[in-house]
Amino acid sequence: MHEIKFKVNGVEQIASVESRLLLVHLIRENLSMTGTHIGCDTSSCGACTVLIDGKSAKACTILAVQANGKDITTVEGLATAEGLHPIQEGFKEAHALQCGFCTPGMMLRAVELLEKNPNPTEEEIRWGISGNLCRCTGYNNIVKAIQYAGAKIRGEEVPSTEPEFV
Amino acid sequence: MIKCKTSKAIGGMGHSVKRKEDARFIQGKGNYVDDVKLPGMLYMDIVRSPYAYAKIKSIDASKALEIPGVVAVVTGKDLEKYNLHWMPTLMSDTQMVLPTDTVMYQAQEVAAVIATSRYIARDGKEAVIVDYEPMTPLMDPHKSLDADAPLLRPDKKDQTNNHIWHWDVGDKEATDKAFDNAEVVVKQHMYIPRIHVASIETCGCVASYNKVENHLTMYMTTQAPHAIRTVIALVAGHVGLTEEKIRVISPDIGGGFGGKVPVYPGYVIAIAVSFLTGAPIKWIEDRSENLQADSFARDYHIDVEMAGTKDGKIQATRFKVLADHGYTDASANPSKFPTGLFSIGTGSYDYGTAFMEADAVYTNKPPGGVAYRCSFRVTEAVHAIERITDIFAKEIGKDPAQLRFENFIKKEDFPWKSPTGWEYDSGDYEAGLRKAMDAVEYEKLRAEQAEKRKEGKLMGIGISTFTEVVGAGPSKDFDILGIKMFDSAEIRVHPTGKAIARFGTKSQGQGHETTYAQIVAEELGIPYEHVQIEEGDTDTAPYGLGTYASRSTPTAGAAAAVAARKLRDKAKKIAAYLLEVSEEDLEWEPGKFFVKGAPDRAKTIQEIVFAAYTNHPPGMEAGFEATHYYDPPNLTFPSGAYICVVDIDNETFEIKVRRFVAIDDCGNIINPMIVQGQVHGGLTQGIAPAMYEELIYDEQGNILNGTFMDYLVPTAVESPNWETGHTITPSPHHPIGAKGVGESPTVGAPPAIANAIVDALSVYGVTHMDIPITPYKIWKKLKEMGKI
Repeated sequence: MHEIKFKVNGVEQIASVESRLLLVHLIRENLSMTGTHIGCDTSSCGACTVLIDGKSAKACTILAVQANGKDITTVEGLATAEGLHPIQEGFKEAHALQCGFCTPGMMLRAVELLEKNPNPTEEEIRWGISGNLCRCTGYNNIVKAIQYAGAKIRGEEVPSTEPEFV
Repeated sequence: MIKCKTSKAIGGMGHSVKRKEDARFIQGKGNYVDDVKLPGMLYMDIVRSPYAYAKIKSIDASKALEIPGVVAVVTGKDLEKYNLHWMPTLMSDTQMVLPTDTVMYQAQEVAAVIATSRYIARDGKEAVIVDYEPMTPLMDPHKSLDADAPLLRPDKKDQTNNHIWHWDVGDKEATDKAFDNAEVVVKQHMYIPRIHVASIETCGCVASYNKVENHLTMYMTTQAPHAIRTVIALVAGHVGLTEEKIRVISPDIGGGFGGKVPVYPGYVIAIAVSFLTGAPIKWIEDRSENLQADSFARDYHIDVEMAGTKDGKIQATRFKVLADHGYTDASANPSKFPTGLFSIGTGSYDYGTAFMEADAVYTNKPPGGVAYRCSFRVTEAVHAIERITDIFAKEIGKDPAQLRFENFIKKEDFPWKSPTGWEYDSGDYEAGLRKAMDAVEYEKLRAEQAEKRKEGKLMGIGISTFTEVVGAGPSKDFDILGIKMFDSAEIRVHPTGKAIARFGTKSQGQGHETTYAQIVAEELGIPYEHVQIEEGDTDTAPYGLGTYASRSTPTAGAAAAVAARKLRDKAKKIAAYLLEVSEEDLEWEPGKFFVKGAPDRAKTIQEIVFAAYTNHPPGMEAGFEATHYYDPPNLTFPSGAYICVVDIDNETFEIKVRRFVAIDDCGNIINPMIVQGQVHGGLTQGIAPAMYEELIYDEQGNILNGTFMDYLVPTAVESPNWETGHTITPSPHHPIGAKGVGESPTVGAPPAIANAIVDALSVYGVTHMDIPITPYKIWKKLKEMGKI
């Protein structure tokens, strides 16, 4: 067993873990933070995406011991006392989620994408989230949600999220 | 713009109100089955067969049981003691829970390991030693009926070969005659391959049996909790677990698409182990197990033929299907329809007479229901008719849009009797196609295509004008295991005018918490925000058959409207009493009754409901609640007109979907934002089988792409920017004029894409390609044709 120290959503945590424990299980089982999901066993779907020191990472591919000394953000840490994170607001406004299972990972991936590229093109967004699978939305509205969040973060007027269903 | 009867604050039908369920999902507060954690809970993992067909010589669990934390290893022999080693399927067949002597498909459940943690259960699984004697599996359905084929279901009495059933519909004689006399006949063999729903959440459960109370609580990923409760009672009744002692809770579901309708062995084993140990048992599949062993879809080998005149009047169609059902009957129940609703195959057209037949056979492929956002074989039928229509158009040299216009069922001909026995409720196919052609600028595209062809570039335009059939269904025709396919709603309005409504369906992302609230808001004028929706708990919700096959709005949505109207009738009586007028003197506008000609003399719904608890008329029952079990008089028939434009690289044959315009008609629209979202998602599940997804098996029965590394679920890069729109042709028999929509795009998109690709390749003389169409397949085809 290994003693590890890390932060999750700003809170210091100490855990005693087996070498083989995956980070996603540390978060879900040991810390009971179930917003981070598991959708596959090959690091393909991205449902388990979290931020580690600000970088998006698939928590099913990382051992818990590798989190030692790191600062982790999960979906539970996106909203603040001031309210929802712009990406959360964008997902709701643009109807970018249906079953909600891929949503936490997709949003965290988008947070990093927007940090690196505050005003991405549609193509950059599509490639940027191509490590995350969504089976419900067909991605149109996820692209819109990320554009909405980008505008909000840049302090610009947010684009319309009215359905173009004419 | 859609006209709304209610204000935005009430948020009835037609308003794109934001979803009520989103708050929890965007903040990580959803409650999916793997999030359920109970005190003393044990974990289950499943040992699966590496062989598609083999005798089990022995199972040695001793090494597994030596691992600290492994509590038990359960085999078929253990379950046999309680007669729990076989179970009925929802498709009226039987299936092994765990085998006692033979495995019938790769990844079949062979033994279950119970342990104190997920990791230890996996260790135990690795340590179980199973000695198999492999046999040659039957993987090709065309060989299922060969004399030397192994008999796969000797457990079934009267089963002397691998034939499951024969089915046919239509007028064979008239159809054959039409073909004999036709000027033009085209035929095509097509294979619609086996695919998998691959919802991002896999299947799983927590079975929690309380020995003291003799009560089972079953948290599980099920789209049909009530039917599952009845099935559990049927399976486990003989050990004392009767239906009132079973509570099925379907928590938030991470996508269903039909894959969470069947009962999988894992659920039953978990229940059995919880029953025997008294401990809650959690079983969660991993992705590979999910892809390899769970419910599949399609796997239809279709010969389709079309007869007509040289100038394009279609006179007859003929379909012959060989259905590969795997190890158990994968009939798309309802009981009366072994091929599901395949007989919708004459589509949106007045194509004269028709005859369809199908034979289903057993093979050594995994069993299941037939799930992929269309469980009832409509996709297969639509693919066949839309492809053969294009093939016919090509044969006679007519534009495929023009051929469709000339053969559409006319708007004024509804209700329309199809040659295979359906009564289509309503449709305006011409308007849909016209709108799609305008949106895509069809004539301009054809001109561009002609130019591109001169330059040697490959560009294709594909059309699909499909008719769907959803909303199963009327009790005269539709049942599952004898239970009629009604659905239900119960509305209870509290004294302060806020409501809770419960349903027999179960959302898996469709947004029922919002759309059902909007239906109640529409009918009662109570703001949708104050209508709480609950589904998925069999102890509290009224009985219903669940959510799949686009049936929720046609059935439970209708039930909500009818239940609300019962309440409005009661509200009218109370209003008349409070205003001291007769009921005839009252008029309704959303949210209040007022006296005709004196709009100031009014009672709001909130005042009326309060009176139902505080000042109800003498002789009237107090309270304000109503329940309705809705038995639809007919199915609903949504439709769509889709146009796809592709560019294909003439060296690499990479296919790029340049544009895809989808015009859907699902009748009256409850929430345009949600309908559009359903269409987007369905379209991506349409491009998936058209270009990417297929479950591939080798001759030994090994699945060759049983993980997400190689089963290609489209990402945001493969999925194009969908362009959507609608026409509205209300269903005349549905209380709010709505039809289902979730499946439509998955049904309609694949042939539009295939037609576009074939159109592009028609310069080489290509007339058909089976889906999924990949660059490699195109290269191979052209190579075989000697074109490159």
